[in-house]
Amino acid sequence: MNVPIAEAPVWNRRITALKHRHERVASRLGPRLRGKVVPTDGVVALLEEVIEPGDRVCLEGNNQKQADFLARALTDVDRTRIHDLHMVQSVLALPEHLDVFERGIATRLDFSFSGPQAGRLAKLAGAGKIAIGAIHTYLELFGRYFIDLTPNVALVAAQSADREGNLYTGPNTEDTPVIAEATTFASGVVIAQVNELVERVPRIDIPSDWVGFVVESPRPHYIEPLFTRDPARISEIQVLMAMMAIKGIYAEYGVDRLNHGIGFDTAAIELLLPTYAESLGLRGKICRHWALNPHPTLIPAIEAGFVESVHSFGSELGMENYIRARPDVFFTGHDGSMRSNRAFCQTAGHYACDLFIGSTLQIDLAGNSSTATLGRIAGFGGAPNMGSDARGRRHASATWLAAGREAQWDKREAPRGRKLVVQVVETFREHMEPAFVERLDAWELAESANMALPPIMIYGEDVTHVLTEEGIANLLLCRGTAEREQAIRGVAGYTAVGLARDKRMVDDLRKRGVIRRPEDLGIDKRDATRDLLAARSIKDLVRASGGLYDPPKRFRNW
Amino acid sequence: MEHLHFAFEGGRVNAERRAAQIVGVVASGNLEVLIESAPADPACRIDVNTAANGFARIWEAVLGDFFERHSLSHVRISINDAGATPAIVTLRLDQAVESYARGRVR
Repeated sequence: MNVPIAEAPVWNRRITALKHRHERVASRLGPRLRGKVVPTDGVVALLEEVIEPGDRVCLEGNNQKQADFLARALTDVDRTRIHDLHMVQSVLALPEHLDVFERGIATRLDFSFSGPQAGRLAKLAGAGKIAIGAIHTYLELFGRYFIDLTPNVALVAAQSADREGNLYTGPNTEDTPVIAEATTFASGVVIAQVNELVERVPRIDIPSDWVGFVVESPRPHYIEPLFTRDPARISEIQVLMAMMAIKGIYAEYGVDRLNHGIGFDTAAIELLLPTYAESLGLRGKICRHWALNPHPTLIPAIEAGFVESVHSFGSELGMENYIRARPDVFFTGHDGSMRSNRAFCQTAGHYACDLFIGSTLQIDLAGNSSTATLGRIAGFGGAPNMGSDARGRRHASATWLAAGREAQWDKREAPRGRKLVVQVVETFREHMEPAFVERLDAWELAESANMALPPIMIYGEDVTHVLTEEGIANLLLCRGTAEREQAIRGVAGYTAVGLARDKRMVDDLRKRGVIRRPEDLGIDKRDATRDLLAARSIKDLVRASGGLYDPPKRFRNW
Repeated sequence: MEHLHFAFEGGRVNAERRAAQIVGVVASGNLEVLIESAPADPACRIDVNTAANGFARIWEAVLGDFFERHSLSHVRISINDAGATPAIVTLRLDQAVESYARGRVR
């Protein structure tokens, strides 16, 4: 009988491939490769030898820090050799992140956020140049790095490296640890661009044996100051909404652990802590612990003793020296500079915070909110994880329990807390775009871009409060979809959604405290002036920091 | 540019014989409100010059609520709007009425 002999199983293909990748680099670069250090002008050759067609490649695009030199190099590889790459990266921030698709080097994409490239991404996807796998939250994408989207090659950015390949990322560590860990322990290759090669790094953020190659970048990596908001641009309406948030939600529930989305609405809240919240006697009772990037607008609250701790996703340009001088508040290394970590801070925001508050572009009658607009595929970033009830949470806090009690109308159910998820919007955005709509643009975008789901940022079932200049709608207290709809209409102002309210039902909801107007909270709208802001300009923030905050040039107007 | 005119009758608060008041500025997203006494005309007349076209229905609702709040008679209000949201319009109108009420009697 002729029995085919089964081939012996092979269990180390990836390690073998890793060896081949290194051998190819060594043979192409010869003596120009010194240990792990590749000369700057050898970067394209390095990528051509390390990367194989069809590889999953993570090109480190964070919210702020960008591996821009490696991104440019990747667009210059010989595409007859390197093609069909599957890009798996959190943020599409630079034009090069899309150039690799336009040039036929990459074809597939899984990502989280594409802010500045959203319009071009939609065009390329529409033209069939990019096959989008899925749009993720940061934590989802990081999770998939360890399951089915593990990178074969990661291109990361660091401040400096030593000859061994130890990396110092400085304050903007951001995504680097999670990317490097997923790549290196699955026998992939981590390539780091660094601003400088040094004898000794100030601290080790990524250990050398996670790093395959290091290349010195001709220019320091680009960092985007994403989280700076000029207090000069905060309106009286935003001051009013901030007063309502502080008195009607923060004080009411005793919110002590929280995350703020970015925007002028939340900047106004931060700047009202040392003034308005102080006048209500709330110092030491609210807002002590934060999962937050180092917002410059938080400086006055820190200086006033409101804030005890801040853990950050990333850093913010200009805040370095201030953070260094406040190590009791921020997480810092023994070198004195901040250590951020997006994966851990996202986890903290999801599980360890009692409140998320953020703005959005559109809210529908069920409370679903979305920042998607036609012709732009912007992605989610971290908002869905910050802005959702943590169903796996098991530790209690007074805030979490209070919200849970309001939500629970059937007292026979097991008690359970709720995370406060607040959407804060002025009923009309600029150019009179209504923030409240019958149907989110996300539906049409999903149809036109052939997405499996409409890109909803925060689902209505997770939203607990909608706050506008007209009032606060407490959705926890709503019983049924009809009440929920009227509660939302009841704070939707003069938008078509607001004008179509059932006046009798809205009056009834107000009597029950489901809807609360500023006057119901004891807030006189005439007190909502910019004088309440603890800082009214960037210069005021510099002054509040004792000169430690060093704002980027574009925010200096003196 | 759109010009709208509204007249509200039956106001209970006679607001004539006070010095004219102006609040706000004509800057993007903001507006200017002028309130003047109109002794010969019992109505509350409001003229709107707005940079944003097609929002007559919203103006009607915003100004209707304004009249319900203050119920003025014998006044003429002129609005120069540079694309302010209803929230800002409401705030400026209330501020204008407040400073008008505090203003000296002519």
